[in-house]
Amino acid sequence: MAKIAGAVRKTGDKYIVLFQLRSLRRLSETALLALLLGAVGQALAAPSSEDPFQSTQWPQLRQEFLGSGQAVFDARVKVVGPRFADDPMNVPVAVDASALVADGLQVVRMVVVVERNPIRKVLEFMPDGVLPRLAFRFKLEQASPVRVAVLDDRGLWHIGGVQIDASGGGCTVAGATRADGSWSRTLNNVQTRFFQDILGGSAARLRMRIMHPMDTGLVAGIPAFYIEHITLSDPAGRSVLRLALYEPVAENPTFSFDFGSRPRTALQLTGSDNNGNRVAAEVAP
Amino acid sequence: MNPLRHLAGATVLALCSAGVFAQAPDYQLKARAVAKDTWVIEGANEDFSRQNGCNIINTGFIVTSAGTLVINTGPSRQYGEQQRRLIQRTTSQPVVAVFNLNLHPDYFFGNQAWVDVPSFALPGSRRGMQAEGGAYADNLYKLCGDWMLGTDSTPAALPLEPATRQWGDHQIVLKRLHGHTSDDLVLLDKSTGVVFAGGLVFANRAPTTPHADVAAWLDSLQRLEKEMADLPASVVVPSHGPVDQGRAGLAQTRRYITWLDAALRTAALQGLDLVEAMQLPLPAEFRGFAALEAEFPRSVVHLYPAYEKKALAGDLQK
Repeated sequence: MAKIAGAVRKTGDKYIVLFQLRSLRRLSETALLALLLGAVGQALAAPSSEDPFQSTQWPQLRQEFLGSGQAVFDARVKVVGPRFADDPMNVPVAVDASALVADGLQVVRMVVVVERNPIRKVLEFMPDGVLPRLAFRFKLEQASPVRVAVLDDRGLWHIGGVQIDASGGGCTVAGATRADGSWSRTLNNVQTRFFQDILGGSAARLRMRIMHPMDTGLVAGIPAFYIEHITLSDPAGRSVLRLALYEPVAENPTFSFDFGSRPRTALQLTGSDNNGNRVAAEVAP
Repeated sequence: MNPLRHLAGATVLALCSAGVFAQAPDYQLKARAVAKDTWVIEGANEDFSRQNGCNIINTGFIVTSAGTLVINTGPSRQYGEQQRRLIQRTTSQPVVAVFNLNLHPDYFFGNQAWVDVPSFALPGSRRGMQAEGGAYADNLYKLCGDWMLGTDSTPAALPLEPATRQWGDHQIVLKRLHGHTSDDLVLLDKSTGVVFAGGLVFANRAPTTPHADVAAWLDSLQRLEKEMADLPASVVVPSHGPVDQGRAGLAQTRRYITWLDAALRTAALQGLDLVEAMQLPLPAEFRGFAALEAEFPRSVVHLYPAYEKKALAGDLQK
């Protein structure tokens, strides 16, 4: 799925990043990749305290969003996004932290923060019973590093990220359904579908779209109006996944969740927005 | 007024007064004869950039015994003015009409240099120019900087009725097709066999799709080919990319759009997310296209959500 499908292998106390070019059209990037590896090889190869984006505001943001917990920059948290946000109101990002699991860790929580957005926190994801992978879209106000902090079961944060350029404005204009008024007719409608074979083996992907304007509150006369919580549960009431959403998640939130195996029974989706409107749907297996 | 424009102006003024930058940027436009009475001014076969002054479009002119017809006016006021001087150097026939083949900015942003000449576009193109001109200007000022100095979006003044018209010794078909945008004007010169295909045809260059309707585009290409069968069409002038002797650009565009449709359909049926569809491998035959690395992800952003929606609803057919 990634432009560069990567894997990390631990040998002794060193991490080696293995890259595999997904397609020949990326040949020109091989040279760039070689340069990058040459320039920041250490930073990529091992969890490091050195910020790959050299951001001066990161230490403060880290404190604000992650607290005092230990954190390392870690290439095992793979974050893929476009180089340029052609549509700043729908910037797609995919996160994959399964390399941590392959190294014997468990993923407790993921926090997505866009450094240069007026509202920085995008979402939190608790992959209780699914793979630690997530794809979604968000609104980007200007070019920014997008950070994904992944908390493991030993209390260590692993930070991955991607820099996305933009001409900007994604957070400060009304979405399409707000502009044409159609949002009120579809509010909190849910569509879901399972797809197979995308990951191979017995794995399955759930794609989900919830109709909601996700107003940021930064457009004159339109207060913040957004889904706050989403939970997917199995018939026994156990959580399969939980999401806390914030204003920068794109209008009509669309997610891809990856399952180790396709559920045999229907799952329950519940949630609510900040005005108390409920989200409720049955997710057919 | 966009503050960036003031900034661009201020920068130029500062440079002028310092004697560093004595005159407006020069596009070095050259008129290339492609058939009897017919010239093309070729743009760089690249994406918009400050290096090429955002001059990536092919414009042209046809010199008839009843006056000169101008096709497209380029990305900026400067371009329009330089285009006008070039045409004056090339022919003594006065310009009697200007045509903008669609609503995209490099087709009409030079109109400011032609305000004393009737300028025409299809009605839907004119509406689009009026609605989106300001946003186009913001974007081009950002991308191209000083090249845009003094440019204000100036939509075509008059709506065009598709028809076959006689200009002196040239019989010209003005045909309305759609698919690249909702209104794509094509100019077929029956007297020379030259076709100005506008945004429907790209040669050795990735097509752009911000307003594309894939099915309509493919249908239009088919109708264009039919129309050309009755013509001694020897030269097809694409919107972007080298002026092609023959119809190779038309076939290329059809193959690319056909592939794009199939690839996005398959991806949506497999459950790929948007960002994953942007990483799809591209067939070898397209890898040599100019601007492909920029345009393919853009096209996925423009087009994929519609496929995704249908796949989620179970309405997408293989």
